[in-house]
Amino acid sequence: MSFLTYLINGLSLGSIYAIIALGYTMVYGIAKMLNFAHGDFIMVGCYVIFSVIGAMGGNSTTGVIIAVVVSIILCSLLGITTEFIAYRPLRGAASPLAVLITAIGVSYFLENLALIIFGADVKSFSSVITWKGISFANGELKIQGVTIVTIAVSIIILVCLQLFINKTKQGQAMLAVAEDKGAATLMGINVNKTIMLTFAIGSALAAVAGALLCSAYPNLSPYVGAMPGIKAFVAAVLGGIGSIPGAMIGGIVLGIVEILSKTYISSQLSDAIVFGILVIVLIVKPTGILGKVIQEKV
Amino acid sequence: MRIDKKTKDNLITYGIVVATFLIVQALASTGHLTNHIKGLLVPMTYYAIIAVALNLCVGILGELSIGHCGFMCIGAFTSAAFSKITAEKIPSGPRFLIAFVIGIAFAALFGFLIGIPVLRLKGDYLAIVTLAFGEIIKNVINAFYIGVDSKGMHFSMENQMALGLEPDGLMVVNGAMGITGTPHDASFTIGIVMLLVSLVVVLNLINSRDGRAIMAIRDNYIAAEASGINVTRYKMLAFTISAAIAGAAGVLYSHNITTLTASSQYFGYNASIMILVYVVLGGIGNIRGSVVAACILYLLPELLRGLNKYRMLIYSIVLIVMMIVNWSPKVIEWRKKTFANFGIKKKV
Amino acid sequence: MKKFSKAVSALMASVMAASMLAGCTDAASTETPDTQAQAQGTESSANGGATFKIGAIGPLTGAAAVYGNAVCNAAELAVEEINEAGGINGYQVEYSKEDDELNAEKSVNAYNTLKDWGMQILVGSTTSACSIAVSENTKADNMFQLTPSGSAEECVKYDNVFRVCFSDPNQGIASAQYIADHNLATKVGIIYDNSDVYSNGIYQKFKEEAAGKNFEIVSEEAFTADNATDFSVQLQKAKDAGADLVFLPIYYQAASLILTQANTMGYSPVFFGVDGMDGILSVENFDTKLAEGVMLLTPFAADAKDDLTVNFVKKYQEKYGEVPNQFAADAYDAVYIIKQALEAKSVTPDMSTSDICEAVKAAMTEIEAAGLTSAKMTWDASGEPNKEPKAVVIKEGAYVSAE
Repeated sequence: MSFLTYLINGLSLGSIYAIIALGYTMVYGIAKMLNFAHGDFIMVGCYVIFSVIGAMGGNSTTGVIIAVVVSIILCSLLGITTEFIAYRPLRGAASPLAVLITAIGVSYFLENLALIIFGADVKSFSSVITWKGISFANGELKIQGVTIVTIAVSIIILVCLQLFINKTKQGQAMLAVAEDKGAATLMGINVNKTIMLTFAIGSALAAVAGALLCSAYPNLSPYVGAMPGIKAFVAAVLGGIGSIPGAMIGGIVLGIVEILSKTYISSQLSDAIVFGILVIVLIVKPTGILGKVIQEKV
Repeated sequence: MRIDKKTKDNLITYGIVVATFLIVQALASTGHLTNHIKGLLVPMTYYAIIAVALNLCVGILGELSIGHCGFMCIGAFTSAAFSKITAEKIPSGPRFLIAFVIGIAFAALFGFLIGIPVLRLKGDYLAIVTLAFGEIIKNVINAFYIGVDSKGMHFSMENQMALGLEPDGLMVVNGAMGITGTPHDASFTIGIVMLLVSLVVVLNLINSRDGRAIMAIRDNYIAAEASGINVTRYKMLAFTISAAIAGAAGVLYSHNITTLTASSQYFGYNASIMILVYVVLGGIGNIRGSVVAACILYLLPELLRGLNKYRMLIYSIVLIVMMIVNWSPKVIEWRKKTFANFGIKKKV
Repeated sequence: MKKFSKAVSALMASVMAASMLAGCTDAASTETPDTQAQAQGTESSANGGATFKIGAIGPLTGAAAVYGNAVCNAAELAVEEINEAGGINGYQVEYSKEDDELNAEKSVNAYNTLKDWGMQILVGSTTSACSIAVSENTKADNMFQLTPSGSAEECVKYDNVFRVCFSDPNQGIASAQYIADHNLATKVGIIYDNSDVYSNGIYQKFKEEAAGKNFEIVSEEAFTADNATDFSVQLQKAKDAGADLVFLPIYYQAASLILTQANTMGYSPVFFGVDGMDGILSVENFDTKLAEGVMLLTPFAADAKDDLTVNFVKKYQEKYGEVPNQFAADAYDAVYIIKQALEAKSVTPDMSTSDICEAVKAAMTEIEAAGLTSAKMTWDASGEPNKEPKAVVIKEGAYVSAE
């Protein structure tokens, strides 16, 4: 019974990692850049929701919906703007590391801006999900509402993204850009527009992830997105870079491993164990759980 | 002729370091340096050293590492533990020398051990595994408890009490509280000497047969392998040397600041990425650039102190702008054009 | 050569940026104590323009910014009050603060910057590791250092360093004794931050002290700064082990998450915190019902009704828009303690830093200070304060004395 409880706890944590990893892997797979600022987009999304709900003076259902929608729109705009100002000029730079460093710059910028605007102290985020969840076996086992919603939302996003990418023209264009930018241009695809759309969707997903992250763990600070961001990156790699179902699996595996290693091995060393397992997985399967093995041609 | 040019280039690099050292010493002895600047000198040398180390890994070997501060951490902890245990027994000169040997040796050892699994991977997967190892090192050191008393060394991974230390025993590594009271042995002169040593090692490696093999692997793995280059051996060589130099930076670090804790702000992935910023801004594969960029980027937030809370905000903007100015293909093209125009005007 | 030109252009760009901004540095740093500076202009002329220069260091940016800002703001507030009331021994006080980003190395840089500015007495650093690193320098310069909140044992190992807060070991011991003396529990669970100096220090002493007491430690679980979001395992283990009291030697941010998560899992032991827990009630939007019944040992509670606290909280809120926490209270006290010590020995600002240090050091063991964090504080030469920890319990969203 207690094992099941821990498993469910792992699932709740994993579902949060999964939903962040979805946005991460989207940008990562298509624009082929590590957007280190993704975690900070999540933070921005959280602050927007917090401020909008605060401004409307309460946690009513309509208020929550409006807040989440506003947050999604603003995050998309932020994603597009960031891409335009900081990332686009570096497309085609001599080293792919250049854009990685600007992403870090953007991350510092957003964190410090939030620090100046909202202050350093944590704010308690009131959950956007009021549903308490379901319990089994006379309340011994409990699955929280936010966990169920997070998993449901991530599955919906997963399905929508898969449909969008495989069935629509823009989605196919994204795949083409991911494969080969030069060839995509030759095929008449507007690479800039496609990548802009990728960022818009990726950042909108960050806003959704932010709403759920802060509902599950209601402490809001300028650094709220940094660590989940890096964990989601790990999850995305674990699942196989660029693979959207991989990100989902990677996130959930990571969450469960983290909780179980804390429970059964050592809570002091759980970070080391989680990263250790990542290393082992990658050594056995060097492109992640669902990653494609790309044979290098001579 | 080619060799001459390279030697000349290397001599310029050494010259810049030596000249900087002499100028700074002259300014210091005539009282032109503020305490603030004086305090920044040693950190600048060890950040330059670790930037050189990372550039060897990223620029020359061509493998992105975002966990290099982990090696710095190992060098720092092993050497500081040694210095703390022997603080009263060995005079400071030889002690610091042995500390260097220990720190570098341990960092190299871990570089070698970690290199075995890491270098099997490629690209972003490799990067994430280096990050993972950096975090593992940090987390494990946080759970280390080492004490010394008359019976010898005591070791535990639980807590201080589990050591069973005698009352007069010396607590060396105290878990998350780390090591305090490491002797303050580092100085600007030693830092500069270490920087020169690591430059000599790296620049000579680059210009040697081994170095050319390493760069061949970076440029075309398959061609290198086909030409009979032992790819694994050379990759391991470069990675281990890089780790060893990072360890040397760690030794300087731990003997400059007397508290040493394995927390994220010093040795986490954020710190490693900061070093990566130095390397990229200085020019990937450009060793001299790394040294210069490390010094400037370390100085920058310090010089911005007067801006108070806007300091890091401005720093981040400067970082983005500098990246775009230096790396954007369009800006580079524009720069070429304008400079070309200048050239024409001059001629006219 | 292409790479070289790149390096040169990087150099040029950054040197230009640096020099431009460095130009602002001087202007900005003299502006920092803006109001006092003007006040001095008029008043201090009587004393030949001499002023006391007090500096403060803390993390003003980064994840620990809340503590550094509390310390630096409260110290600033205290200095302004003192200046309005006529200064110390008739001299005005100048104040400057520097950021250390919770980094010991940057803390030393901050110290050196303040030294260049002419600092005579240091209030800081805010955090333990930084404070220890800086104490090495203040010792070498023989400058008096009073850390408001550096609580690790080693912070005060030098004779020129004193502190306002309790030490970590003291808090661990006091907590264990309090729990034992008041028969609060038979089975105790602990959740601590394994990556934090403060939390570890308290935890270790608590565990040592708990041996042989009338309660048993049934679960000891750690977390680190990198996974400080999910506490379900730590709570579940305490619950499974039957802990009726959970000891939380951690800061209030993580504690507020723990309380929320314990509530969702339906686990309600007594939660027992230390001074880092103070501040939990002022977390914006926090449901204080969750903290009902939480006990903590703290020297300061922002809603205490004594005049000193009421006045301090009101002024702090007006100026900075936040409810001050225990860090702020410690720093506010620190400045007044320095004032008292300077007055006890009739110190004047024209004395050398080292002479001021000797005088204040001697005064510290003689004075008896009353402040926000205790009505009676005394020090011995070790630098540790003697003051009574107050146990408070949270009832209906407010701190109430537990006695």
